[in-house]
Amino acid sequence: MEGIGSLRISRGWIVPGILAGAVVLFFAFFYCFGGWTLSAPADLTLCNGDEPQTLDPAIVTGQLEGRICLALFEGLTTRNAKGDIIPGMAESWEISPDGLTYTFHLRPGIKWSNGEPLTAYDFLNSWERVLNPATASEYSYQLYYLVNGEAYGTGKITDFSQVGVKAPDDHTLVVTLTHPTAFFLELTSFQTLVPVHLPTVKKYGNDWIKPGKMVSDGPYVLKDWRLNDYILVEANPYYWRPVPVHRIKVLPTNSPTACFNLFYSHKTDLILDTRSIPSTLVQDIKDKPYFHANPFGATSFMRFNVKRKPFDDVRVRKALALALDKEDIVTKITRAGEPVADTLVPPGNAGYTPPEGLGYHVDQARQLLAAAGYPNGVGFPDVNLLYAIRGNSPQVAAEMQALWRRDLGITSIHLRGQEWKVYLNTQQLSDFDLCLGAWLGDYNDPQTFIDMFVTDGGNNDTGWGDPQYDAMLATSENTADPVKRMGILRDMEKILVDDEVPIVPIYFWVGMSLYYSDKVGGFEPNFVDDHRWGEFFIPEEKK
Amino acid sequence: MTALIARRLLQAIPVLFIVVTLTFLLVRSSPGNPFSTEKKIPKEIMEELETQYDLHGTIGHQYVQYMTKVAQGNLGISTQYRNRTVNEIIAQTLPVSMTLGSMAYFLALLFGITCGAWAAVRHNAWGDRALMIFALLGISIPTFVLAPVMVMIFAIWLNVLPVAGWGSPDQIILPAICLSIPFAATIARLTRGSLLEVLKLDFVRTARAKGLSEDAVLFRHALKVAILPVIGYSGPAAAGILTGSIVIETLFGIPGIGPFFVNSALNFDPFMTSGVVLVFSSFLIAFNLVADILYFIVDRRVRLE
Repeated sequence: MEGIGSLRISRGWIVPGILAGAVVLFFAFFYCFGGWTLSAPADLTLCNGDEPQTLDPAIVTGQLEGRICLALFEGLTTRNAKGDIIPGMAESWEISPDGLTYTFHLRPGIKWSNGEPLTAYDFLNSWERVLNPATASEYSYQLYYLVNGEAYGTGKITDFSQVGVKAPDDHTLVVTLTHPTAFFLELTSFQTLVPVHLPTVKKYGNDWIKPGKMVSDGPYVLKDWRLNDYILVEANPYYWRPVPVHRIKVLPTNSPTACFNLFYSHKTDLILDTRSIPSTLVQDIKDKPYFHANPFGATSFMRFNVKRKPFDDVRVRKALALALDKEDIVTKITRAGEPVADTLVPPGNAGYTPPEGLGYHVDQARQLLAAAGYPNGVGFPDVNLLYAIRGNSPQVAAEMQALWRRDLGITSIHLRGQEWKVYLNTQQLSDFDLCLGAWLGDYNDPQTFIDMFVTDGGNNDTGWGDPQYDAMLATSENTADPVKRMGILRDMEKILVDDEVPIVPIYFWVGMSLYYSDKVGGFEPNFVDDHRWGEFFIPEEKK
Repeated sequence: MTALIARRLLQAIPVLFIVVTLTFLLVRSSPGNPFSTEKKIPKEIMEELETQYDLHGTIGHQYVQYMTKVAQGNLGISTQYRNRTVNEIIAQTLPVSMTLGSMAYFLALLFGITCGAWAAVRHNAWGDRALMIFALLGISIPTFVLAPVMVMIFAIWLNVLPVAGWGSPDQIILPAICLSIPFAATIARLTRGSLLEVLKLDFVRTARAKGLSEDAVLFRHALKVAILPVIGYSGPAAAGILTGSIVIETLFGIPGIGPFFVNSALNFDPFMTSGVVLVFSSFLIAFNLVADILYFIVDRRVRLE
């Protein structure tokens, strides 16, 4: 024992010692690592739903990242508060009569946030970057509408000058498409097609999107970004018009409860993501003045695996579709006033009249099921219903199981919930009998929903295919007359939801947001759920 | 003593190696892809992504690539946050968790030991019983219930503390209290139980017989011995409390490392998951060592062989 005499610390100091150690540790982190930074005052604070995965517009795929990207960057076109397409970096454009060539004229004197002039070549080179396979842009297909866009994007050709985009001078960009694309001006407003400052990208590599490094051309510049803490954007002095709100703070809070608490205690002015509103609260707050809901271009639906029994029989698919009491699902589970969906394409597409859909007819469903050999559900084989353990999908799936039992007597549908990424994997391998899913439109056009189900389409996953359907899509793409084109798309959707039924539409989404109209202006409900921050203003009363 | 520390640190290397190996292989062999999204990614893009991240080829090849980087101190780039390295994410978020954690740790020890000692002295009196009921509640009520209730009371009804966020001193109070309560309760029960045993021992009787005051007996003699189980517990507890809590950090919107533990696994982000597991295991090993050293200093019966 004497050997350790040198270590004889008075034992009475152990407890105060540990306590003091914890305090020292605390202050050490407090000061050394800047655990706290004084948050800069902002004119507007908003909850954006989660930490952005990236702010590189070529890489971004998510809606919450897209929102910030579109505050920092602006493409040839942009949107107003109503969601309509308006001129952005391009002041005007001409479309050739065949709908194949777009000539954009850039605004004179437009600049990057570092003061350098922005030219048509910046667009050209940024689009090259998106298509370049080395960028690994998941949304590069947004440029496949260009002549040779797909060939360059998949590495089949390596000469970018063969791709349908040219810059004859600093202020003109000429784009040639493979076929008339009615929604092309929507695509040019999307983040994938915005210009990025390539010298910055080259200089900093992966780090170019960080504050102090990023150079952008949109209404705002990135001022500060602390992981999972906040993002601060400030008005870009070189933007072509002044923006009303100088400084916006973005909170990445991903707990709906915390978001609502922040809003309730006036720590945030705006919650603009539906998923940031606790679904259990919707019923209680939907009549409050700060609650806003708008129709939104997304649909929840269910896929059949038509390669597996018994869903290879169209009568069985129709029976399940006809006997699904969707009203019950939206009133009991989702409860935010979602409209029941009998078609895949959500309402609100100008010029598009959707087909009627099958509706809810239990008697007809029972007859079909009996004709297929399963009267009252007797003998129906064991099948599973795949869903993601996320949001309200588990509840919706359980309700569907109960509804089919109630109306058709089928007792052999089993629930199969999986974690999000596992679910995506299973769905893409078509390793399911029934699969709950949803689709958000990329742009405001029925095609973004309908072209999903071409034979072996990347997101088809049902195993269903119809040569006639594929041929109709090709025809529609080459039809310049919008009325005719919409007619073809309508006939295609009729095949999908009325005749062949590889899917069952369930409900259309609503976009929900929380804000007091006297505190936040320029935020208008719009169908694409796309709210450009440059449109925001603070009503006079608050100032 | 130095030999002990050196030996334990050497032992830590194979332990960490095995932990990282298992984590990486488990994440990579699960059915799910870090890059999959709702919209199917073209094959060429998927291959390019896997090549950029060294996630192509056989799992053995991927593992060797990864371990080579780890050996150089490079934990890789997150597949979820494609512009951030795992090192950068840990460097930004771990200090936040440690700031909150050290505050909570301090509160847990302070209240845990004080309440435990206070209850032991009043053995079986109403104060003891009330405290132990509270301690049992503290242990058994999960933080995801406790935290919203605390927010409702102190932030919404009384409006004295902020509901969430990070950046001003008042924002640390509620999360630190919520984080510390289960630990404080456990420490209180440990202290009480241990002190009750110690107070029956001969040396305490001797101390009393010498005419020492009850305070002196308690603080200068009994507590020093009774603290041993608390020291044993507080090592692993420190590792847990300092590396963040997903529940507390998510509910209070705190930019710490806690949520990355669970979310990176759900997102099949192999580098991020392995990185946070590495951090947590290092803390666990380090604080267990600290606890052992403290044990040795306090308890003369312990030999460090």
